[in-house]
Formats: sequence, C-alpha cells, structure tokens
Amino acid sequence: MHHKEKHAFEPKIIAFVCTWCTYAGADLAGTSRLQYPANVRVLKFPCTGRIDPVFILKAFQQGADGVLVSGCHPGDCHYIAGNFHARRRFAAFRKLLEFVGVDLGRLQFSWVSAAEGGKWVEMVTDLTERVRGMGPMQEFKELALEEQWSGAIDTPELQEAYDSI
Amino acid sequence: MSRIGVFICHCGENISRTVDVERVAAQVGTLPGVAFSTDYKYMCSDPGQGLLKKAIQEQRLSHVVVAACSPRMHEKTFRKAVESAGLNPFLCEMANIREHCSWVHEDRDEATAKAIEIVGMMVERVKKNRVLPTITVPVTKRSLVIGGGIAGIQAALDIADAGHEVVLVEREPSIGGHMAQLSETFPTLDCSQCIMTPKMVDVANHPKITLYTYAEIEQVEGYIGNFQVTVRRKARSVDEDKCTGCGICMTKCPQKKIPNTFDRNLGMRPAIYVPFPQAVPNTPVIDRENCTKFKTGKCGVCQKVCGPGAVDYEQEDRLIVEPVGAIVVATGFDLYSIEEKPKGSAIKGYGEFGHGKIPDVIDGMTFERLASASGPTGGKILRPSDGREPKQIVFIQCVGSRAREKGISYCSKICCMYTAKHTMLYHHKVHDGQAYVFFMDARTPGKSYDEFWRRSIEEEEAVYIRGMVSRLYQKGDKIVVMGSDIAVGVQVEIEADMVVLATAVQPQKGADTLAQKLGISYDKYHFYSEAHAKLRPVECATAGIYLAGACQGPKDIPDTVSQASAAAAKVMTLFAKDKLEREPIVARVREAGCVGCFYCQKVCPYGAVEEKEIRDRQGNLVKVVAYVNPGVCGGCGTCQATCPSKSVELDGYTDEQIVAMIEAL
Repeated sequence: MHHKEKHAFEPKIIAFVCTWCTYAGADLAGTSRLQYPANVRVLKFPCTGRIDPVFILKAFQQGADGVLVSGCHPGDCHYIAGNFHARRRFAAFRKLLEFVGVDLGRLQFSWVSAAEGGKWVEMVTDLTERVRGMGPMQEFKELALEEQWSGAIDTPELQEAYDSI
Repeated sequence: MSRIGVFICHCGENISRTVDVERVAAQVGTLPGVAFSTDYKYMCSDPGQGLLKKAIQEQRLSHVVVAACSPRMHEKTFRKAVESAGLNPFLCEMANIREHCSWVHEDRDEATAKAIEIVGMMVERVKKNRVLPTITVPVTKRSLVIGGGIAGIQAALDIADAGHEVVLVEREPSIGGHMAQLSETFPTLDCSQCIMTPKMVDVANHPKITLYTYAEIEQVEGYIGNFQVTVRRKARSVDEDKCTGCGICMTKCPQKKIPNTFDRNLGMRPAIYVPFPQAVPNTPVIDRENCTKFKTGKCGVCQKVCGPGAVDYEQEDRLIVEPVGAIVVATGFDLYSIEEKPKGSAIKGYGEFGHGKIPDVIDGMTFERLASASGPTGGKILRPSDGREPKQIVFIQCVGSRAREKGISYCSKICCMYTAKHTMLYHHKVHDGQAYVFFMDARTPGKSYDEFWRRSIEEEEAVYIRGMVSRLYQKGDKIVVMGSDIAVGVQVEIEADMVVLATAVQPQKGADTLAQKLGISYDKYHFYSEAHAKLRPVECATAGIYLAGACQGPKDIPDTVSQASAAAAKVMTLFAKDKLEREPIVARVREAGCVGCFYCQKVCPYGAVEEKEIRDRQGNLVKVVAYVNPGVCGGCGTCQATCPSKSVELDGYTDEQIVAMIEAL
C-alpha cells in the first residue's frame, strides 16, 4: 500500500453533478474501487439544467476553493436538453466570473457519463491538485477589501438619470 | 424543531472497514435537530429496516437520514420503509458514504471525516424537505405502435389480445416490413412468408387494432398515460372502403416499368400497385410520382376499369388525432447503402466493392428476394445481369460494419447468420455450385446458431476464408475477387459469377426526426436509446414510450419478437392501473412572484409549462402566469435555474435545500 503524502493545504472542492450521468459515473468509480483525493463533496441534482450559477457563487462564498459542474454528454441528457441549457448558462457565467476577478482554474465544467468512472477520478484528482497549487480561494476577500463599494451612485450619467425621475 | 434520525450502515465491512461508523454516529448525534443516531451492520436488511421503523415510532422522528450506499441503489427501499412507519417518504434522504467515500478513499481518518461531512450535509438538507404528495394522472388505455414490421405486429397483437385498443401506424402501403421480404429464416429455415403473413392477417382482422398503412406520425403531444398523436394518412388515391382488392387496376395500368423496391429493383411494377401479392391491406396505392395521370393529366385507365369506383385522384392527405396512453416505437432498420452516399450522411466508404456498377454484385436483401419463392425469379438463384445460374458465388461479410474509420464501428449482428443461411440456400438450389465466404469473425451467439453456422461449413460445403477482400473487378462475365486468407497467410483470388455483400444494419431514414417528435434520445448512429442498457432495455428515458426491434440496434427475428412482447408487457403493466402514480419531483410556480415572462416555457423540454390567467372577483384579468402541468413535468429543474424572478421551484430540489447543503460544508 502506497504511503499518502500530507499536504500543508487541502482544498475544499464542491461538485454539482446530475444524477443520471456524473453521479452514476462517480458511483462507478466507487464500485470499481478507484481511488481519488477525499477533498470533493458531491451535491446531486436531477439535471445540470437545474444548477443555478448562484450555487457556484454560494459555494465559493462558503469557502470552496474549487467548484466542479458536471453532467451528461451533449445528446445524452435524460431530460432531452437540460445539459445544453447548462452549457449555455455556464459559458456566460464563466465570463462573468472572470470579469469579477475569480481565477477560472477554480471552476471546472465537464461531461462525465455513467460509464466514465475513470474520467471522474481523473478529473477530481486533476482539479484537486490544480487548486492545491493555486492555494486557498482569496479572490472574494480581496475584492471586498479593494473595492469597498459605498453604494453611492458615482457616474454622472446615472446621477443625471436618477435626478430626472 | 425537527427530530432527525440518522442511521449509519456498515454495509457488512464495505463501509466500516474504512469509515469509523461509531464515530460518525456519535459525531452527527450532536448536530442540532438530530434526535437519534445509530449504526447497524446491514441497514437494508429486514432487521435493519425494522430498526428504522421502530426508531421512527419510539423516538417520534420527523426526518430520516440513512448513511449507506448510493441513493441510486436503495433510496426507494428506505423511502418505502419510512412510509410504512407513517412518515412521508420524501422526508427521508440518503447520504452516500460507500460509493463516494469508503470505496474511493483508503485513509481511515480522511474517510471518516468526509463521511461526517456528507452525513452533516444531508442532515441540513433533510430539515428543509417538505411533505410531497403522490401525483396521480389518469391513463388512456389505448396504445400506439409505430412501425408494422414483425416487431410492431407482435407488440400490437400482444396488447390487443390483452383487451386494449391499438393503433398501428405503418409508413409503407402494407405491413410486413423487412421480414416479409426474407426467404427462409435462420436457424430453422422455415419460410418467412409462411410465418409472417398469417400474423399480418391477424392484425388486419383484430377487432381491437386500428391499422393505418401509408401513414406517418405528424405530431406527438402529451405525456405518459395521456398522449395526443396526430397521424398523417397519406393520400392513397384509392378508397379503402370501396376497394375489393380485385387487382384489375394493376393489370390494366399502362405504366409497367417502375422498379419494384420490395424486390430490391429486380422486378417491375405498375404505377398503381400493392408492394407484394400477400400485402395487408390488399388495397393498391397510386405512386403519384410515376403515374401518367398525375404527371400529364391524361390516362385515368384505373378509374375506368375499377368496378366499385374506388379510384379517387382527388384524395388528399388526412390528419387524424388519436388519444393514447403508451407508445411502442418499432421502426426497424435499413441497410447501409453502398452505392451512393445519402444526403447529409457522415459515413464514409460508399461505393465499395463495385456495388451499383457491377450488376452481379448484390446485397444480402437482394439475395433474399432471389431466393424467395415469391420473388422475381420464383426462388431461382439467377444473376441479375444475364439470368444465368452462378456456379461460383462469393459472400463478403462486415461490409460497412465494424469499420471505425468509415463511421460504423458496431457489429451488425445478423450477417454471420444470414450469410451462413445464404450459403445453404445456394447449395440447396445450385447443387454443383461453390460458395466462398470472406469473414472477419464468426459471431453466432444464439440458440442453435453455432450449430447452424457449422452446418453451413460441414454439410453445405461453404468455404470460409478469414480475411477481408482488398479488390474486386469485372473481367468478362466474371467478377475477380482478391483477398487474403490470414489464417493460412496466402493471397486468394476467386473468379466468381456473383458476389453478395453483407452490408451494415442502420436505423431507418428519418429516425432522428421521429425521435425529436417523440422526445426520445438516440445514439450517434441514430439508434434509439433505452433507459438502461441492462435493466430497462425496452423502456425509453421518456416515460410511456417503449422500444421494440431493430430501431434500438441490430437484432434478429427471435430477439425482435421477444423485445416486442416485452414492450407489450410494459404497456399492459401501465394499463393495469386506472391512475398512474409518479414521483412528485415536479416544478411548481409561485404565482405571486411570476411576471409571466415565460422563459421557463421556452426552456422546458417537455412542453409542461402552460399559461394561466389570474382574474379578480369581477372576472377582470389581473395577469397571466406560468403553470406547470405536473403530469407532463419531467422534473429536470431547468425552468427554475432559468426563472429571472425565482418563481418556479422544483420540489425535492428547492433553493432552500441546496443552499442548506452548501452551507453545511
């Protein structure tokens, strides 16, 4: 039995997965006794289509260092098209997240089918290692310190519009 | 305050070997809201479930968390147990500490810590669970069968014999499908027509079966138990009620040179025709593309000679709406067309082996027509080019199939067997002839199949050569077939009189369009996908739709008939109840918040979102809001994630529940 290395920093990874493909894929990794880092916590959804980007923000806010979203491959959705909606939603959401200054390396979006236990293991391992290398998620805290938004309307155009009401 | 009971399973040693279950039970016992926590060797066993029920009653538990295996395994088991103890089943959740914990981590401390977190997460979730009522929907006890081949016929007969009405829709003018085209069938060599045509007649005469031939599915609406299907009955130009099937129109039709597709273009037919003499119904149809009357306006002979006056050139397509509760899809297969590339096809490798250029290179189905007693040659094996009997015949297997580089990587399953059969039929009819078979592997996994294959070699003297054909060309009136025998390691060259190609089995053309109408999924080859490859092989992921036959993948007749009967059994199971119970994981609209933007309606894959008018007491319209029909809702929750005002919520996966889980971590 190999000896497990101890790390100074163990990242917290939260995975949002659909029940039909990726959750089943993770189950398969289990029944195949494949080993992977214990950093991931899995939240099950009926479909990736149900995953609201707010949950990802909430996870980061709650101290997650990495977030994984995974569902069925395109064309394999149990609900016909939920994963397509999810794909479109996350394409936009990633841009937004990048814009506010969160390193996109912390957010992984992927397709893992019920037959891909190995892919699940590989992905969780890679993400854990990557996020471990990036260190704890500090972006939100830094943002809060840097910006310190007062709540005042600070552009002349907005002020003018506001005054005219 | 909730009184949650937590039950930690050892799963024998599967969990307890890696996870310190006592520590988990002790730790989660201290969480707020947890009233009772224990561990047990096998929670799913009868004593384990008994322990759960007893604790619910004695401890007056309000919610339950079972930490054990995957909910995909035993969620139903534990929810049932909870229900029998008097709690709503949806107040029970499972924490997966086996597949997602003990089996994938080996460090006992790490795994135990993770297990505590997973259970803690589910404890927080279950607090937010609500009592969900069972949803019942009515069932229309009629069914639709799409496709009139042997699969559709068998399913329709089984359902109708059980006393339920069936609507059978077939695209062609007659039912029978590919099986009606076959000669003798493996492994018993009984004549296909002899076992098929009586079944076709049974369908036509069955009081419970409504048969629509020359008809297609136009639109499908609704959901399990309550579908509304629109069928397009294409204009036949012959009134089915008046026609007596005398056939005089066909004999008098001046247009007689139209290739007969049923005979694989080996024979000719008139413009008003039945596909084959044993057709059901025995009502002709006018092929408007080739009919002189429709092309030039002159002729009209068939109308003049028709005694009962059944010919009607003015007939138009008719749309019929049929309410049904279940749908069996049995649209069957088509053969890989190697002559030319069909429009939009992604598959490479058309035009192989001179098919379409060399007249005596034919495919397996054409050979069936040659061998069939009802075929264009009356069952004589004759070359299409000159009508001579071929003395040397070469069969080539795996044409198009099992070739990843060409786009079809799967095995077509039936070709090994039908080629073995072809060698036998050939030997029975041409005693001095010699059959050669180029094959890659022989796959004969069926009852009496391997014996049959060996008989073709041992008794019928077919020469099997393991290897693929590299080149094939016409030389005089011979076809030179060059290949390698990899078993011996030599090049082989055969001067053949005829070559028969075992071409790949593909889904019917338009399989994708029909799937989209039905809302069912298909694989990259357009074969329809079953809900579970092993345990739900005849059901679609879409409730109330079942699969039969080769539309799901290549299948032989016994497999097809078995699956058709299985699909029929599933339909009968559905029809056994007057009301249908379904999981209440459905979306609900909070009408107060809904602004009526209907984004939810746009993203709903099931068409479950309807418009609902909200009126005041005077009857004035206040606003229009979204309404989710719980019978139609599939429970994906895409609407909820899309709703800008957060006014739709998926029961069982509410924002409250999800956020509680995230906050627990």
